[in-house]
Amino acid sequence: MTIFQYASDQSLMVYLGEEINLDTHHRVLKLLRLLEAEPIPGVRNLHPAYNSILIVFDPVEQDHATIERIVRGYLDRLEAVVLAPPRVVEIPVVYDGPDLKDVAELHGMMPERVIELHSSARYVVYFVGFVPGFAYLGGLPKELATPRLTTPRKLVPKGSVAIGGTHTGVYPFDTPGGWRLIGKTPIEIFDPDRAELSRLLIGDEVRFTPIACP
Amino acid sequence: MPVIQVQSPGMFSTVQDLGRWGYGPLGVSPSGAADPIALRIGNVLAGNAESAAALEMTLLGGAFMFPDGGIVALTGSDFGPSIDGTSIPMWTACKVRPGQTLRTGPTRSGARCYLCVAGGIAVKLLLGSASTHILTGLGGFEGRQLKKGDVLKIGEDPVGRQRTIDSDLQAAIAPRRTLRATIGPQTDWFSPASVRRFYESAYMVTEESNRMGLRLEGAELETPHSGQMTSEGVSLGAIQVPAGGKPIILFVEQGTTGGYPKIANIIAADMPSVGQLRPRDDIRFEFVTPEAARAIDIAQHRLLGEFARR
Repeated sequence: MTIFQYASDQSLMVYLGEEINLDTHHRVLKLLRLLEAEPIPGVRNLHPAYNSILIVFDPVEQDHATIERIVRGYLDRLEAVVLAPPRVVEIPVVYDGPDLKDVAELHGMMPERVIELHSSARYVVYFVGFVPGFAYLGGLPKELATPRLTTPRKLVPKGSVAIGGTHTGVYPFDTPGGWRLIGKTPIEIFDPDRAELSRLLIGDEVRFTPIACP
Repeated sequence: MPVIQVQSPGMFSTVQDLGRWGYGPLGVSPSGAADPIALRIGNVLAGNAESAAALEMTLLGGAFMFPDGGIVALTGSDFGPSIDGTSIPMWTACKVRPGQTLRTGPTRSGARCYLCVAGGIAVKLLLGSASTHILTGLGGFEGRQLKKGDVLKIGEDPVGRQRTIDSDLQAAIAPRRTLRATIGPQTDWFSPASVRRFYESAYMVTEESNRMGLRLEGAELETPHSGQMTSEGVSLGAIQVPAGGKPIILFVEQGTTGGYPKIANIIAADMPSVGQLRPRDDIRFEFVTPEAARAIDIAQHRLLGEFARR
């Protein structure tokens, strides 16, 4: 179930499951919590994702075999890790995105129904990656799964709420992006002046609340 | 506090140090100097700690006036530095008297030149680092590249004695055009023929290259699973092959995760060389085993450690 894979001379990949689902996510989160609570000497960074954690280390101080041995010890204790109850984060959304109509048409529903479905679901932050604060959210209602744009936009405005495949998310910065934009949040997602930095953290539960133009 | 007045910023100049480590779970990549060896040595020459913040200039340097004077050391690629019209050497600590202007021009060698100042460049640290992350506008000097009229504060870090560098060390750290690489996490997804093609071909760095990544032009590679896969953490120096088969080297401002298969990964010791690659430079890749990569990394670490301690 767990696979260790050499990723580079300064990183080791740990795959914790094949499927993208809550069980795999909880294994990722538990291993991350152990790696944070009991840091391995020489480890410089951790990159959690849907079903994996990339462990980045100083290649002079550490080596793959030692890290694998220590992580195997953590894996033996994984079941005993008790995760804190998820934080619940509400994201206010003005549902007026440029792709809202297209998404509705693709599913043969009214835009109001897209909003209703999107804002009534509860999502989980599988991980934060790509750019600071970008949360990959699971839990999108199946009826809303929508393929990405064939040509990504060169610039997606900061705060855009979007659907990409079976996932949804919020763009924390002006970046390129291929997801379909259904709305916008006025809140700052990644704020270096806040203690927690990112509004959305791995493991959080997220709800979107429709608001009128702020 | 002594300052530096930016009279012209050059083509693309940012404040960098050795990066912002440990924030991968928040999606924050380390950023930091594209050629960290040049930054480390420049700092040591100027009498700073290796990790002090400095200016990273790209392809074309700028002009910087020192109203209060200072001690500078320029390292990396030769941008033809001069003080008030008199040439000064690269890789050497030089005194700038109050009111003098340091000028740098177009590169005579690689992509990046570092201007290290005794005391370091003082900016507000973000997550423990002065590095600029351009894509997100975080860190560095107001989160952006420098522009005319900016005033940079020179730091008050303790300054030790200035140092010189010998030609042996300089030769040993000269940027490479043949980059050594190990397997990456998806190397076995590619056909043996594709992997052979990758290592036997010359690639050219394209204009669409920056601190996030370098796009390469050359032998196209067959892309497994049409270039799609479940997003996962990606390593510095990973060579990913998206649909279309043109490889991309992930660089210091990389996304922390990505969803393209990776055919190889440049070794840590050769990443500073990537920071000196210019558009249209030709490069090749040389396969090394994990054991060889580690030995090279350790040898380089010892070399730089001995220099810093001397």
